[in-house]
Amino acid sequence: MAIRGRAWKYGDDVNTDVIYPGKYTYTISSPAEMAQHALEDLDPAFAREVKRGDVVVAGKNFGCGSSREQAATCLKYAGVGAVVAKSFARIFFRNAINQGLALVECREGVDAIEQGDEVEIDFSSGILRCGGREFSFPPLPAEVIGIVEAGGLIPYTRKVLGIEDREGS
Amino acid sequence: MGKTFAEKVLASKSGQPEVVPGQIVNVAPDVVMSHDNSAFILETFREIGVTRLKDPSRVVMALDHCVPAATERYALNHKMVREFVAEQGIENFYDVEEGVCHQVLPEKGHVLPGSLILGSDSHTTTYGAFGAFAAGIGRSETAAIWATGKMWLRVPETIHIGVTGAFRRGVSAKDVILRVIGDLGADGALYKSVEFSGETIRAMSIAGRMVLCNMAAEMGAKNAYVAPDEKTDNWLRGRVKRSYQPVFPDEDADHELAARYDVAGLEPQVACPHAVDNVVPVSEVEGTRINQALIGTCTNGRMEDLRAAAMILKGRKVARGVRLLVFPASREVYLDALADGTLAVLATSGGIIMNPGCGPCLGAHEGILAPGEVCLSTANRNFKGRMGSPEAKIYLANPETVAASAVAGEICAP
Repeated sequence: MAIRGRAWKYGDDVNTDVIYPGKYTYTISSPAEMAQHALEDLDPAFAREVKRGDVVVAGKNFGCGSSREQAATCLKYAGVGAVVAKSFARIFFRNAINQGLALVECREGVDAIEQGDEVEIDFSSGILRCGGREFSFPPLPAEVIGIVEAGGLIPYTRKVLGIEDREGS
Repeated sequence: MGKTFAEKVLASKSGQPEVVPGQIVNVAPDVVMSHDNSAFILETFREIGVTRLKDPSRVVMALDHCVPAATERYALNHKMVREFVAEQGIENFYDVEEGVCHQVLPEKGHVLPGSLILGSDSHTTTYGAFGAFAAGIGRSETAAIWATGKMWLRVPETIHIGVTGAFRRGVSAKDVILRVIGDLGADGALYKSVEFSGETIRAMSIAGRMVLCNMAAEMGAKNAYVAPDEKTDNWLRGRVKRSYQPVFPDEDADHELAARYDVAGLEPQVACPHAVDNVVPVSEVEGTRINQALIGTCTNGRMEDLRAAAMILKGRKVARGVRLLVFPASREVYLDALADGTLAVLATSGGIIMNPGCGPCLGAHEGILAPGEVCLSTANRNFKGRMGSPEAKIYLANPETVAASAVAGEICAP
């Protein structure tokens, strides 16, 4: 599996309040609507201009703060192909896996990527390419790869419980 | 080599003789907690396709984030939760009158030393104050636990924070944890189990220990821990319905980091906009004018906090142009503060006594900020836009600092 898109570059400690404001957390339930507010308090241009396959690139501790899963959902449904960061906050990490949003931990890659750069990520080989350079990144823990491959925690849980997929679901 | 608290609990709850940091284990939590987000979690639960909860006796829900319902949407959320509670036979359900989940759960006996609690709220770490392993998770995984009774967790490394010395007047648990977060940074305890120990911790009330464990989430901790003792037993007596087996870390367990703090000379601390680790001594921000003061939340909404604020506010008035909002953390706290005259002192000084709940902490309702406004709060987060306008500013402090500042109309030391 591979993706290619434009980089949206941010700094350290991007918290889930700026990724997805609290005022929407008990009102909006549609993922498509959540996507419209993605990164609203950090970069108002993002939700308007992000294209499918684009990559969010950030420093350390991306997704810190509130456990709101919408922070992962809104990015996924905005079309973000992956989030590349120096490190991830732990609940955001879990939520991203559970939503099937690919995460890449790659310090050197983050330093090399600038806003607007074209980024290519190959998950099978664990290689990130940007500006003619290549960076390797570690795979997700084996135990959780199954969740991402199933498309997220809900399809994974259904599989584990042996629940047949309903028609059209 | 001895074992840490996290290693011991996660081994026991995953049915293994021992585990090591980095290992991924499957655990059956003793309690899984959710709040208003239960309305969304139950939809995900239905999506899974299971019709009954695996074990309703382990499910606890408390409505607290948007209470009482300020909009039709919030009201619908609550209605859906109540219907689900009835349908599934969930006994441990606390409706809008009870208060903040992190206060209500221990009060109602759901937090036991040595137990494993997962909650769909980042401040689930609070229950570590009772010697429980308590960590925050997301909504989808809460639904998965409702369906299967299990969840994967990564065994964390442990860091040790040792605290000695006696607090000066006006300085308390909130100040030391703000200082620690300021020093270690917002990711200083990322993924770690934080064990607090030392004479100051022993001397601290349960309420103070809850402040430490609650705030540990703000430096990225997976869970936080204070060894249970007589104070824990006394607090829990009459509340818990089962016996418990406390778990203690071994003296010779491996720690990734050990930090020591002596609080004897510690000044009141303030976290400045817009990050919790942007911490300075109060003297550096004295004189900053404020529009709103907030005393309450899961961090500092307990009797100890309200009483400390009342001591400062007794016989004095909130400054003109300042709104002082007081949110007792639970109905029990509210009634105790009513009975002993604390609420009367706070109200007489000009404080607005609000209902137990999260209030404006997360920007839902009950005291939202306009552009350009400044709020000094006892809450645990001050991120940009958190309490309303992204053009507003939030400072965090202890209840006495907030009370003194409400009188002065500007940030000042208690």
